[in-house]
Amino acid sequence: MRFLLTDEQREFGRSLDALLTAADTPAVLRAWAAGDHGPGRALWGRLADAGVFALAVPEAYGGVGPLPVEAAVACVELGRHAVPGPVAETLAAGVLLAGAGGPVAEEWLPGIASGAAVVSLTLEGYGPYAPDADAADAVFTVTGDELRLAPGPGEPSASADPARRLFRPEPGGAPVAKGPAIRAAARAAGDTAAFATAALALGCGEELLRATVAYVKQRTQFGVPVGSFQAVKHRLADTLLGLEFARPLLYGAAVELASEVSRTGAGTGSAEGSPGAGAAVAAAKVAAGEAGYAAARTALQLHGAIGYTEELDLAWWLRRARPLRDAWGTPSACRARVLAG
Amino acid sequence: MDLEQTARTEALRTEARAWLREHVPARPLPSLETGEGFAAHREWEALLHSGRWSAVSWPEEYGGRGADLFGWLAFEEEYWAAGAPGRVSQNGVSLLAPTLLAHGTAGQRARVLGPMASGEVIWAQAWSEPEAGSDLAALRSRAVRTEGGWLLSGQKTWSSRAAFADRAFGIFRTDPGAAKPHQGLTYLMFGLRDPGVTVRPIGRLDGKPAFAEIFLDEVFVPDEDVIGEPGQGWRIAMSATGDERGLTLRSPGRFLAAADRLRELWHRAGDPADTALRDRVADAAIGARAYQLFTAASASRFAAGAALGPESSLNKVFWSSYDIALHETALDLLGPDAEVADTPWAEGYVFALAGPVYAGTNEIQRDIIAERLLGLPKGRR
Repeated sequence: MRFLLTDEQREFGRSLDALLTAADTPAVLRAWAAGDHGPGRALWGRLADAGVFALAVPEAYGGVGPLPVEAAVACVELGRHAVPGPVAETLAAGVLLAGAGGPVAEEWLPGIASGAAVVSLTLEGYGPYAPDADAADAVFTVTGDELRLAPGPGEPSASADPARRLFRPEPGGAPVAKGPAIRAAARAAGDTAAFATAALALGCGEELLRATVAYVKQRTQFGVPVGSFQAVKHRLADTLLGLEFARPLLYGAAVELASEVSRTGAGTGSAEGSPGAGAAVAAAKVAAGEAGYAAARTALQLHGAIGYTEELDLAWWLRRARPLRDAWGTPSACRARVLAG
Repeated sequence: MDLEQTARTEALRTEARAWLREHVPARPLPSLETGEGFAAHREWEALLHSGRWSAVSWPEEYGGRGADLFGWLAFEEEYWAAGAPGRVSQNGVSLLAPTLLAHGTAGQRARVLGPMASGEVIWAQAWSEPEAGSDLAALRSRAVRTEGGWLLSGQKTWSSRAAFADRAFGIFRTDPGAAKPHQGLTYLMFGLRDPGVTVRPIGRLDGKPAFAEIFLDEVFVPDEDVIGEPGQGWRIAMSATGDERGLTLRSPGRFLAAADRLRELWHRAGDPADTALRDRVADAAIGARAYQLFTAASASRFAAGAALGPESSLNKVFWSSYDIALHETALDLLGPDAEVADTPWAEGYVFALAGPVYAGTNEIQRDIIAERLLGLPKGRR
């Protein structure tokens, strides 16, 4: 057993961190929130060049995947830097379309891998919203054993995270693929979306903790840094504890997803009735979602009044943690899945 | 990145499972915190030893199997899944023995480890004192030099099962003039029935009599029972409380087995409409898996040559909080039967309540996490 990232996987994470640190994601987020997707799409292009979106696309379609461990490494970094856009949905679409096969896979998968295509989607059993559908080149919906390309993004609703918009895809659209393979592909895609969202939530929480630790070291009251007070320390210790025990669940789920792929073939998910990796993904989603959200509560409390404002870039992460906790499987739905699995 | 076990680990697991299936008592032994239960658990240790299962991670020459951490973790999973008895030798096997293997003499290892592995000699720890709990370095019990050894005087307390155990180990002040509190301490072993030793049982919350305080009045300890160099006791004791100790104090196997039993209880007695309770049962399953995987990652780092330092504090806060939450959930599932004492869930609950207190309170552990993992400034405690 070697339950550790390889040097190459670590280096992949570091290179994404460097790329995103140089990219000034708060400026990208401000533009995205104002409806200007240009800087965000340019950043997505650089992430695609670094190999991020190819991780969910099989080699036959121009990708290198599925590589769940690398996908987790990447999504933790994207979450840490609060990259806007339908990251989890685009990765899930890679798995969905690979499972569907046929012309729709030929048409869209190479573009997902290369970064030319940004995709959002909805799946049965999850929420009705396709996030950031207005920034997407395609919006897919699955109903029963039918995969459709939505005729339009639909009407938007604002999200609690201003750098995210929610759309109920316009109904209709001709089926682009059909059959029992779609059900299995949708199940695998849902697991992938939940898995990627868990990684984004973990990264979001890590950044909230880092920023808060830095703040309480320099903020002084009563003549000393507030980070020297036990009430502050213990809250931060509990926040770290939550994140550090969510991380192994995320990578444990990655290992199970990878072994499922090697058992059943790329992207087709587990056999009907077998628990597969779904329960492991659900456990990771609960833990990472709750830990990321707890980090947001801690960050808000320990920054004090300034944390309640838009004065700090921190606000982008603060407002993202709760939507990530709830998207692609609420904690309660995931807990039920754990017990069922 | 993988979770594959080696053939050696799997072979150990298979052999352990078969042996345990054959030997684990069909009915639970009486509580090891009672005189009768202590004796029954001592016999169980002898039986374990006869199969070479009482200390699998020790070298073979001392009755172990030379198992690495992964082997030990696999054994523990089988052990607790089989519903095997609690380990009355735990303090000796997991705390004193690693210290002797790292710092003891060949003579000490030869003399102490065999009888420890067979349960013939059961060890208690003697760390805390009335005025030295979390601030252990404030300890006052002293050892004064005499012909061929040391004379121990003072008081130790909160010593688990010292009322029935045979010998004890701890640190004592040998140089009262040392510049700092954690200097001038020496690690010693002594007999609980030696002349000058008085053991007074202290009733626990559950009324069990095994907990005790130890009074020492010029108790003679020969030089051969000093571990390491005199004056180095703090360093030697801390080397045993960090590193592997952080991993081996409570194995994931114990919690995986408990979470499985909780899930069975839920399916048998749970109200499907009570989703709040259902969520807590799920959290027990998630927490057990998280702890297993966290430990797998730590063991992997350790196998790769890394030191495991303050992360053992994360580990301790996690399992001690988890253990209480799991048992509270079980009691809530039992409803009116939760009040019945001496059931496995009720005993487990009382045992779990002590977790956040012993082996370094969780408040001290959170200070360590904040200062050594997050780099926050030291402040007044």
